[in-house]
Amino acid sequence: MYATTYHKPSSAEAAVAAIAGADEAKYLSGGQTLLPTMKQHLAAPTALIDVRGIPGMVGISIAGRQVTIGAATTHAAVASSKELRAVCPGLANLAAGIGDPAVRHMGTIGGSIANNDPAADYPSAMIALNAHITTNQRTIAADDYFTGMFDTALEPGEMVMSVSFAAPAKSAYAKFRNPASRYAMTGVYVAQTGDGMVRVAVTGAGENGVFRHEAMEDALAAHWSPDALDGIEVDSDGLLSDIHASAEYRAHLIKVMAKRAVTAAG
Amino acid sequence: MTGTGIGASVKRKEDKRFITGKGRYTDDIRMENQAYAAFVRSPHAHARIKGLDTSAAEAMDGVIAVLNGKQLTGDGIGNIICGWMIHSKDGSPMNMGPWSALATDRVRYVGDAIAVVIAETQQLARIAAESVVVDYEELPAVASAEKALMAGAPQIHDNAPGNLIYDWEIGDQSATDAALAASAHTVTMDITNNRLSPNPMEPRSAVAIHDAAEDHYTLYTTSQNPHVARLVLSAFYNVAPEHKLRVVAPDVGGGFGSKIYIYPEEITCLWASMKTGRSVKWTSDRSEAFMTDAHGRDHVSTATIGFDADYKVTALKVDTIANFGAYMSLFSSAVPTYLYATLLSGQYNFANVHCNVRAVYTNTVPVDAYRGAGRPEACYLNERIMETSARQFGLDPADLRRRSFIRSFPHQTPVIMAYDAGDFDGNLDKAMAAADVAGFPARKAEAARRGKLRGLGYSCYIEACGIAPSQAVGSLGAGVGLWESAEVRVNPVGTVEILTGSHSHGQGHETTFAQIVSDRFGIPIENVSIVHGDTDKVQFGMGTYGSRSGAVGMSAIVKAMDKVEAKIKKIAAHTLEASEDDIIIEGGEVKVAGTDKKMAWHEVGLAAYLAHNLPAGMEPGLKEGAFYDPVNFTFPAGTYICEVEVDPETGVTDVVRFTAADDFGTIINPMIVEGQVHGGVAQGIGQAMLENVVYTDDGQLLTGSYMDYVMPRADDVPSYTLEHNTTVCPNNPLGIKGCGEAGAIGSPPAVINAITDAIGNNNLSMPATAQKIWMALRETGFAKAAE
Amino acid sequence: MTDVSMTVNGKAVKRSVPDETLLSEFLRETLRMTGTHVGCDTSQCGACVVLIDGRSVKSCTVLAASLDGSSVMTIEGLANGELHPMQKAFNDNHGLQCGFCTPGMIMSGVDMVQRYKASGAELTEEAIRHELEGNICRCTGYHNIVKAIRQAAAEM
Repeated sequence: MYATTYHKPSSAEAAVAAIAGADEAKYLSGGQTLLPTMKQHLAAPTALIDVRGIPGMVGISIAGRQVTIGAATTHAAVASSKELRAVCPGLANLAAGIGDPAVRHMGTIGGSIANNDPAADYPSAMIALNAHITTNQRTIAADDYFTGMFDTALEPGEMVMSVSFAAPAKSAYAKFRNPASRYAMTGVYVAQTGDGMVRVAVTGAGENGVFRHEAMEDALAAHWSPDALDGIEVDSDGLLSDIHASAEYRAHLIKVMAKRAVTAAG
Repeated sequence: MTGTGIGASVKRKEDKRFITGKGRYTDDIRMENQAYAAFVRSPHAHARIKGLDTSAAEAMDGVIAVLNGKQLTGDGIGNIICGWMIHSKDGSPMNMGPWSALATDRVRYVGDAIAVVIAETQQLARIAAESVVVDYEELPAVASAEKALMAGAPQIHDNAPGNLIYDWEIGDQSATDAALAASAHTVTMDITNNRLSPNPMEPRSAVAIHDAAEDHYTLYTTSQNPHVARLVLSAFYNVAPEHKLRVVAPDVGGGFGSKIYIYPEEITCLWASMKTGRSVKWTSDRSEAFMTDAHGRDHVSTATIGFDADYKVTALKVDTIANFGAYMSLFSSAVPTYLYATLLSGQYNFANVHCNVRAVYTNTVPVDAYRGAGRPEACYLNERIMETSARQFGLDPADLRRRSFIRSFPHQTPVIMAYDAGDFDGNLDKAMAAADVAGFPARKAEAARRGKLRGLGYSCYIEACGIAPSQAVGSLGAGVGLWESAEVRVNPVGTVEILTGSHSHGQGHETTFAQIVSDRFGIPIENVSIVHGDTDKVQFGMGTYGSRSGAVGMSAIVKAMDKVEAKIKKIAAHTLEASEDDIIIEGGEVKVAGTDKKMAWHEVGLAAYLAHNLPAGMEPGLKEGAFYDPVNFTFPAGTYICEVEVDPETGVTDVVRFTAADDFGTIINPMIVEGQVHGGVAQGIGQAMLENVVYTDDGQLLTGSYMDYVMPRADDVPSYTLEHNTTVCPNNPLGIKGCGEAGAIGSPPAVINAITDAIGNNNLSMPATAQKIWMALRETGFAKAAE
Repeated sequence: MTDVSMTVNGKAVKRSVPDETLLSEFLRETLRMTGTHVGCDTSQCGACVVLIDGRSVKSCTVLAASLDGSSVMTIEGLANGELHPMQKAFNDNHGLQCGFCTPGMIMSGVDMVQRYKASGAELTEEAIRHELEGNICRCTGYHNIVKAIRQAAAEM
């Protein structure tokens, strides 16, 4: 790795000041994507601002069906939260399938959505759960937050503090893993809210990162059943194609994973 | 047999240091005045070097030196060579292009080294290497061997027109053609053997030390054969004469072939240690390993098999193109010739086999032996075409094979090999019973009720190990003898040290080699230690590869033990006033048969060293060495049966059962032998379903890390069912055949035969990824039918 | 440079290290504890797994500077006079060959058994294989590693 400096501020204000005071600083949370990138000399931040010491960044709070998860909460904590599992098992199961056990002990939800890797799992859940992302400056709807591959609505220096959403009536995530990296080659999160509204979000497959599939949403809103998706044709235009999967295969997998997610959601 | 003798599953003696974090691997070594090397590597697959500007790196504080290829060749360091001469069928010698450890004027693959930075820290060395500016003139490049042979393809080496290294053949072409023409049935297939990266978990590493006062070099390195490394570094690369060079391979974290070879990095580190007066360490990271460790396989073949009216094999004709990468690596030329085409008779009684092999340069990493080396390619070809033929004929695949099994031994094949022993029916019977082939239809029906497609596939493999009789391989072009050496030292207190030229990097020699001593002399296994991997300690050795450590390495130990035993008998006979012929050694005692006269084991050792009362003319001491040169290859063989379930919706395929029935001859330690099979089969499943090195057409490596190269994980493979069917090898003292590579050789065709059986489409290449299987299902319409 | 104080295998250590120092480098180069291995550069192979505050972490993907006040357990610290049941199980079951991935396998094994015990869930063969997703072995084909972890799970 190139030389860098490490800072662990104890308040959001100090973190923002630290970011502003350095040339090319980056926030560091679990580091499970950023540090490998730095090891390979693909990133060279001059300063790392560790957000894990900021009060309120870690933890899951649930009020009724309103869920708030601190940005520095690890995947392992999300996966093992009995309280979360009681209201939104789909998200807990998603977290239990990210990376591997050691990665889950360090990686965080805030780090995942701030990076917005097109193959990351969480962005699909955020969209499908109609979550809101709270930063040190504002609250952004997930629909407005994920703006493209590795791209978000975050302004320079803006820091994700938490995510929140109303637990859906039903939801689940189904993932087809890339056989090498084990990231999502295609992942689909489906959620149905109490009023029958359905959201279907797809990760790992889109050239511009996570996206909603409205035809599937309409079909599932009309009839919540895997069979409801039988007639849907997923267009391969705009889907990723690489050595592991063609756009056509991904298009097929979107439908299969969506059906499996609906089945899992019950 | 004692509890620690031959046939006992003795727990490994070497484990303790590894499970407590006390192993000593090359990268664990740190010398007092150590500096670090980082290489400047070509990002282009093919380019001319027009200029090299190292000034920025040299100006960095902490950079000790930046060294380049002109300096290296200027100092007389020789080109890297391939040690096995192959002649084309027209009699011309193979076209070996020059390979300098640091390129001087041209780079030929992505990763080709151009210069080296020596610096105070690894971090600084890498940053400085990035600052070196190379002025490249990019040249057209080619990655596929078939394309490299086409007219107008980029020329990679001036002395290899059309990129052809050799055009070689084995067998009688006209007789084979005639036999095929006269055959009642023929089947023709195109068969591709995918390119693999060996991926031992320990990346390569080297620590080079030059002692200027003595003008002596020491190299700690990740090698399977430190003596061969020393020989080649001395005799060909002119780094230092052999008596001024010590090579140590300490604990080595796996090899699978890739650590046989002497690479540019070790040569450069040795030379750089002399140039800088510093100890120089280089440790590869995984990305560097993907672009510099020799790759394996990469064949494309067309094969035609003939059968008579009774469906017995008549002839096999094969045309193979082998991708060698940008340079000829140490063993490369032997792999698609004498380690491949000589095994194409398989387990079958062919009257005629002919194989033509064209070896081709491409702008890719050099290709050399990887676990199995040529034999997996032969087995895959044989066993895919047998299974395919059975399906075309509507015959049971096991039955079709049985019609042509070789049943009398020795058996001379049409392609050099003389099989010495085997029981191919017995292997197949054992495997079919253990795999419950009879119950397969019921399992298939049950799977279908769950919406899964279940398939079963066979592979009846034979391979050749114990490489090899030196005179025979010499006549075929090998540049070295392939014997092994050992020394048995009985110490005055009766403990025993075995010095062996074999090298253990996971194989468990510290246990199994001690077992044969414990077995022979009846002494506790704790009293036997194994010394290996250091040219200053061990007299000589050819190293560990080709499953040779049992058949050749242990045979050398046995030969040395024979000499020790003879001397012990003389000493005991003299001391106990008995006839030598009446002396027996058992249970740690040396006895006169039929009497109560005896000496304790350690008393004999002591007597030999005290030398107070030895037979007249006998030299003191009890230490004997031996060189063992095998009289033939050994021929492990077996049957593997794979059962898979395919999810027709996605193509995702699970290996649900895998049964291996192997004939390895005598087994010293079943636990360790089974571990070798487990690992080999996992690599074979990896080749069949997961692993593939992918280049773009112009030579950019797309699978450069574990993000893209699919390594088998624990959830990709099943637990295995293993059986043994033993016919003893008649040609070495212990009757050993070898077990290190069989798993990787036998398993890929079993997997592909199972998947193609499940999906009803034979058009499937390795690796059979979920996507490929899904596409094959769409071709057949199966997916729809199953939905 | 950052001063870090942490407990490594029960012993307090205090060092000043460059901020970019990874825990794997801190262990291997600064403390010269070379039992923790590095087998890749993409945080996938798991040879470097150690326990931080009792939980498995890839030491190649965490900064030493961020571990002030933490407790780190490496392969060297596992045996307490006698071998840990996981170490013994790897020897009993031939769960290692070249030994390079072994430290990470053993530490991941300890972590998974502890977690499953705490949650009351059964550590089945399928679960072990899934839990080993972040640990790559090239020698054993995993068969005996799975067996070893099963044995240790029964003994721990």
